[in-house]
Amino acid sequence: MELLSGADMIARFLQDEGVEYIYGYPGGAALHIYDALFRQDKVKHILVRHEQAATHAADGYARASGKPGVVLVTSGPGATNAVTGIATAYMDSIPMVVLCGQVMSHLIGDDAFQETDIVGVTRPIVKHSFSIRHPSEIPDVLKKAFYLAATGRPGPVVVDIPKDMTAPTERYEYIYPKKVKMRSYNPVTRGHTGQIKKAVDMMLKAKRPVFYTGGGVVLGKACEGLTDLVQRLDYPITTTLMGIGAYPQSDRQCLGWLGMHGSYESNMAMHHADLVIAIGARFDDRVTNNTSKFCPTAKIIHVDIDPSSISKTIRADVPIVGPAASVINEMISLVQGQDIANPDALAQWWQQIDGWRAERVGKLYEPSDGGVLKSQEVVEALCRVTHGEAFVTTDVGQHQMFAAQYYKFDKPNRLITSGGLGTMGFGFPAAMGIKQSYPDDHVVCVTGEGSFQMMMQELSTCKQYAIGVKIVNLNNASLGMVRQWQDLNYKSRHAHSYMESLPDFHKLIEAYGFTAITVNTLDELEPALERAFADKHELVFLDVKVDPHEHVYPMQVPLGSMRDMLLSKTERT
Amino acid sequence: MRHIISILMENEPGALSRVVGLFSQRNFNIETLNVAATEDPSLSRLTVTTVGDDRVIEQITKHLNKLIDVIKLVDLTEGNHIERELMLVKVKALGAARDEVKRTVDIFRAQIVDVTPSLYTVQITGDATKLDAFLQAMGPVGILEVARTGVSGIARGDKVLSL
Repeated sequence: MELLSGADMIARFLQDEGVEYIYGYPGGAALHIYDALFRQDKVKHILVRHEQAATHAADGYARASGKPGVVLVTSGPGATNAVTGIATAYMDSIPMVVLCGQVMSHLIGDDAFQETDIVGVTRPIVKHSFSIRHPSEIPDVLKKAFYLAATGRPGPVVVDIPKDMTAPTERYEYIYPKKVKMRSYNPVTRGHTGQIKKAVDMMLKAKRPVFYTGGGVVLGKACEGLTDLVQRLDYPITTTLMGIGAYPQSDRQCLGWLGMHGSYESNMAMHHADLVIAIGARFDDRVTNNTSKFCPTAKIIHVDIDPSSISKTIRADVPIVGPAASVINEMISLVQGQDIANPDALAQWWQQIDGWRAERVGKLYEPSDGGVLKSQEVVEALCRVTHGEAFVTTDVGQHQMFAAQYYKFDKPNRLITSGGLGTMGFGFPAAMGIKQSYPDDHVVCVTGEGSFQMMMQELSTCKQYAIGVKIVNLNNASLGMVRQWQDLNYKSRHAHSYMESLPDFHKLIEAYGFTAITVNTLDELEPALERAFADKHELVFLDVKVDPHEHVYPMQVPLGSMRDMLLSKTERT
Repeated sequence: MRHIISILMENEPGALSRVVGLFSQRNFNIETLNVAATEDPSLSRLTVTTVGDDRVIEQITKHLNKLIDVIKLVDLTEGNHIERELMLVKVKALGAARDEVKRTVDIFRAQIVDVTPSLYTVQITGDATKLDAFLQAMGPVGILEVARTGVSGIARGDKVLSL
């Protein structure tokens, strides 16, 4: 029998669970745990410079690797600083375990130094949370936390650990729990066969079908199956922002992504479809636009692992609760050897879609033509230089939309972005986390000077651990998306969307000992990118001066249907 | 429409706050709520009455089911059920009204459980409409204090909400 202190149990459990990296920041209530981590070398702790970055880095790691990200913070401000990152993970269903130090049990509720009710604070943004009440619970609680985070619809789990639970003097038996049993939690393992049959029946009879798939396909590791199914049927597919890369974007059947800034052909196809096959997508407001005008002629098949996502905003005609992978596989076996009922209608449908596509060729944006660089050009060049194979993280705003629109992703988990919460400051620390699970790949954070300044302290972390990510700063000296809305809705009154007193990014980056390149013209762009990506292990920062007047288009018209879009500053549908 | 949802959940600290938090977080309504441990001390039974159209009620039950602490739930209003609420009321009982209150208490099959020279404390059980009617009847006399438990309920017949 092995006796360990609570702190040593945590360190040992993380080893036994196969955790490679833990992102964190020490403080009083977490010190016993830090001491235990210090006395082992299997789990590597990455010291960030702000707890929000710890959660984003763990999140990036989780998205890229498919394993839960792990965070360790202290009580009070340490824990509250982590809140934005927990909410980010929650909105995008990312598996994450956040270990929070807490003041000693007997002080809880007394407003002790650095005390926060973090379980209460995070209650609406976690899948579940635990408070440790006795050190002997630690192995079981941690096992449950990892199990809950990673299974079913994944999400963040917070574990609150009062300092006395980790005291080095109190030792208890440690056994790594191999199994978890929770009578109140049984995630579905397959969909209802009758419903799947019904769905496939509708799919085979459809005249204007479209697949609409989301992050659930990526999280559910169902991308190969999806590609197989979509190609067997020869139906068009559009994905959500979170679902980008689940189906290769360079394939003819892929219409790009849909929604507020989605492609013209995606939104048009959705609006005119007679059958929408939604898998692992949740019909959120950035996709549907006005729900009462959404897909007026379509029947809806909705596959989701979370029943509460079904018929939440849009009523499903055929709801299927189940994991994407198993439902898709069942669909494939039912489709196998079957012919679609209306091949002529499908041919016509494709003709219509190709017509929409042709309408926008060459009209997506106006090139800089010797003037100030356009963000779109920068992303296109980035895609060329990295052969479309880099991990691309983003922050939030215009640059995020441009990165998603103009980088072509053929693999899932390559665009890593805060889709649900829209968290500025996400991209850079997320890139750090990804770089650690994929050290030999290019990892680039496409950001803007606004977002980057929210988490730029992490340059120091990159220096400490030699994390060689690339940063492409699309610098328009503006909060571009805010500015765009102000142009459209507030007669160009740019209330606080102009960034005065920007730092000299060149000097700033050099102060950390990294390479910075400033890009002003199109001629300078590709050589600078080539230089930046020459060495996979070197952090390089590109400060690219881009046009502040540029808008992201298409843009859905508020309260309209999916097809109601602004296509440029002067055109609308 | 009004629904009575009964929930069987882990009797754990924080479980109740998750349920209550869910309602406020998702903009759902709570009309009444009561909770207590069951014959199995590891389980709590929570009964909530809420108002909403079919879509809202569907979302409420789905989100409740998603809570990790929730084991099972039933929307009692979907079938035949028994619904009870207990209320304690202090009413003025002076002069002629003293007899009048006593008569009304008898009509409603309520009980007077405490007496002072100036007031009666009445205990009454029944469904919410009966309790409302009693309060209405007592209105002119003078209600001094009301304590209601909120609705508790159970399905009629062989149906059982258990593990």
